[in-house]
Amino acid sequence: MLQGYLPAILEGLRSTLLVSAVSLAIACVFGLVGATAKLSNSRAANVAVDAYTTLIRGLPELVLLLLIFYGGQIMINKLADRAGLGYIDINPFIAGTMTLGFIFGAYLTETFRGAILAIPRGQMEAGLAYGMTRMQVLTRITLPQMVRHAIPGFTNNWLVMIKATALLSIIGLDDMVHRANLASAATRQPFTFYATIAVIYLAVTTVSILGLGWLERRFSLGVRKVEF
Amino acid sequence: MIDWALIAESLPAYWRGLQFSLLLMLISVSASFVLSVPLAIARVSSNPWFAKPVFLYTYVMRGTPLLVQLYMIYFGLAQFEWLRESAAWPLFRNAWFCAWLAFALNSTAYTTEILAGALRQTPNGEIEAARSLGMSTGAIYRRILLPSAVRRALPQYGNELVMVMHATSIASAVTIVELTRTARDVYYNNLAPLEAFGLVAIFYFAITFTLVGLVKLLERRFLRHLQPKSADPAPVRA
Repeated sequence: MLQGYLPAILEGLRSTLLVSAVSLAIACVFGLVGATAKLSNSRAANVAVDAYTTLIRGLPELVLLLLIFYGGQIMINKLADRAGLGYIDINPFIAGTMTLGFIFGAYLTETFRGAILAIPRGQMEAGLAYGMTRMQVLTRITLPQMVRHAIPGFTNNWLVMIKATALLSIIGLDDMVHRANLASAATRQPFTFYATIAVIYLAVTTVSILGLGWLERRFSLGVRKVEF
Repeated sequence: MIDWALIAESLPAYWRGLQFSLLLMLISVSASFVLSVPLAIARVSSNPWFAKPVFLYTYVMRGTPLLVQLYMIYFGLAQFEWLRESAAWPLFRNAWFCAWLAFALNSTAYTTEILAGALRQTPNGEIEAARSLGMSTGAIYRRILLPSAVRRALPQYGNELVMVMHATSIASAVTIVELTRTARDVYYNNLAPLEAFGLVAIFYFAITFTLVGLVKLLERRFLRHLQPKSADPAPVRA
């Protein structure tokens, strides 16, 4: 099947999934920091996060990717030069995960902010009144409940992000699209291979939708649905 | 540090790229809007023979990357000999046609879902009232459902417009010299990433916020009845 290219394509899938997972972890960190900063009383933090989310929303992912990949390469090497280090090569994996993490961190900032706002304020105040530290309130009260409210937005962002990883093939990441490019060139059957990876992407998104839907039901076990 | 001469020198190229980007976006969203109105009506239809295929279409289009869809059309279709020998081949060999097709079909899926969502939000009483006045189904869609659904869809449709605008940057992968390709060429010729991509970022920024502003104007015009009567309340701070 597929003239023996299936293992190579699946190898590419591994790379696609790995890059998505690492980007997601980075995006969650950016998103949590962003949401906390946006909800804080510090004016400087609010302005900084607003600038961050506006910047991301105003630019295509591909442009940011190229800017960080090529711009970052030259900046880092200028710094390395000054420090007397040799040539540093940023690989597409690092540039890609950093960029996607940075981009989707901005969207997750909004998701997480909304999720935190959905928790009744009294619960956090009660925690503080019991003498918990802010950190304890965060880890015991806010975060566990926030997950439930954040899952729908989170699902959307994750789906968009998996699809966005396809762009990383443009900066040379050896992902599924890149493997399909190679196989197409070798076999002269481009449609077969692009259709194959399209089906694989569809399978990944379908599994994600089902999995996260299950997770949402788990986290909402104690909550009664509105019945119309 | 910043090479201003290079920026000044490449501005005309960016200007041309900007026009191509905007053109690509306009032809894509016009086609997708025209296609998505009937598809959205089919999507909310109670007849599964209409609703299910449309759902399948939007699900597949929204579940796969646009880049792969574009590759399938532009590089992929050449695999089929019957197409290569048909009269349509000059079209499918053309990068502009393929990009237009891919973007329009992709955006149709998203726009269909947006419109279908807006149609579903129609208060039932409006339809009942129209029926009791003896309007036909066609008349109900023309006079009641579509005008209000299109209005309600406006904020989300604005997001979709921005998405398509940003998606046009992907056309740079199939030899179309729009804004992003221009920036990539300037970069390759001068190895000046900050100038090349920084400038293109400013262009995209300007278009994005112009679009956002235009949609806000439309919202103010068409969604006036949904706006709060008093002055904006102070934003809630946690």
